[in-house]
Amino acid sequence: MEEHEAFVTRAGPDALWRNGGPALTALDIELTERCDNRCIHCCINRPEHDREAQSRELPTGRVLEVLDEAAALGVLGLRLTGGEILLRNDLEQIYLHARRLGMRVTLMTNARGLSSEFASLLAKVPPGEPVEITAYGMHRESYEAVSRVAGSFEEFKRGLALLDAHAIPHVVKGTLLPPTLDEMEELEAWAATRPVVRQRAGFIYWLDLRLRRDDERANERIAVLRLSPREGVAALARDPRARAALRAEALVQLGEPSDRLFTCGIGGRPCLDAYGMLQPCLTLRAPQLIYDLASGSLREAMTEFFPGLRTLRARDPEYLRRCARCFLAGICDQCPSKSWAEHGTLDTPVDYFCEVTQARAHFIGLLREGELPWDVIDGKERVKWLMQ
Amino acid sequence: MADAVRGDVVFTPSDAVVAREIEGEIVIVPLTAGVGDLEDELYSLNETGRDVWRLLDGRTLDEVVDALAVDYDATREEIDRDVRGLLEELLRRDIISAA
Repeated sequence: MEEHEAFVTRAGPDALWRNGGPALTALDIELTERCDNRCIHCCINRPEHDREAQSRELPTGRVLEVLDEAAALGVLGLRLTGGEILLRNDLEQIYLHARRLGMRVTLMTNARGLSSEFASLLAKVPPGEPVEITAYGMHRESYEAVSRVAGSFEEFKRGLALLDAHAIPHVVKGTLLPPTLDEMEELEAWAATRPVVRQRAGFIYWLDLRLRRDDERANERIAVLRLSPREGVAALARDPRARAALRAEALVQLGEPSDRLFTCGIGGRPCLDAYGMLQPCLTLRAPQLIYDLASGSLREAMTEFFPGLRTLRARDPEYLRRCARCFLAGICDQCPSKSWAEHGTLDTPVDYFCEVTQARAHFIGLLREGELPWDVIDGKERVKWLMQ
Repeated sequence: MADAVRGDVVFTPSDAVVAREIEGEIVIVPLTAGVGDLEDELYSLNETGRDVWRLLDGRTLDEVVDALAVDYDATREEIDRDVRGLLEELLRRDIISAA
């Protein structure tokens, strides 16, 4: 027998594969679009008791079948999201099935409906990834101004107490909204003192419109709640490490501008929506880009359907004039998902995200006052400057 | 630990882990709390480890070594030493248990 340094290697999923890896390693499942909060800013939520939506949700057995198929393809990382996943009364069954298949499960929840039984289960059979908790405010007034449900703050605190009592690792996320903008530091300080919180508290700075384009009035309200690019960057700049972090991100992500619609490895982490349609990612819901899993297979989606999307090119003249020539494209949130939500197309530039990207580029010194990034001709030199 | 790894003992994968073979790799995922060094780690086996793992199907350690001796160009002593080394490591991490 050969000599071996170690028989057993501890490895993260990215370092696991010697020969390129399996067809699919990570999957998201949106178990429901219903939520027990009624946040105005949400891009997906439907009412908790929406019977029509509930009746269309995938039955337990079908979710388990998809998990089996995903495991056979190689999935080791599963993210369960919503809506609010705790509204599914089969969550425990789905969770245990995924864990028995060897998947590490990320649970995304507001924690309001967490039961002591489920918390006990998470302690006994750990998810393998921190539970991701969204905190809508640090005080009853601010939290319920966002959630718009009386009593929700107390339920949130109760859920967190259960996580603490069972020593279940979790991370806390906040969303920056007018009622909570002044609470960023408080949330960060609170999260840092919690005994089993992993990682620093994160924030959602830039809101999406309704991903299904299903509510024009809701979109108007979300637009009102959005931070302006200047406000958002000011909030980012509170953290003295933000500039260095954004520069590091830019170094990794900035590349040659292109008219390709997808520069993100589209389909690498697909999302099964609540009704059985497979999206290329968590947010993209343009009907022509999603795959009907009821009439196909996960393998076919991964090997035939999604790879075909990677060749799509933009046609919108404004996209070609701006985005396809923009040296900041790699750090811009502009993508078909945003264009679809805002304009119902795949390639109409979204001005909000363009302005956000320019504001961030000013902040890290990549863009000068008065410049338009698609007119910059020394973009490569500026990226080199970042490296120095 | 070495004392527990005897030739007449059957070692089997622990109920507290899930082992999956994906693209030729054996990936071991801790399922319940307290397994492995860290609960959220994954483990993979090297080539020797994979061959041994596939034989942990109710055979004794000696039978595992016998089976490997058919395919490996090594002395039985060498194979026995390597298999014991692996099983000790897996036992230490609670990935297998003695039946």
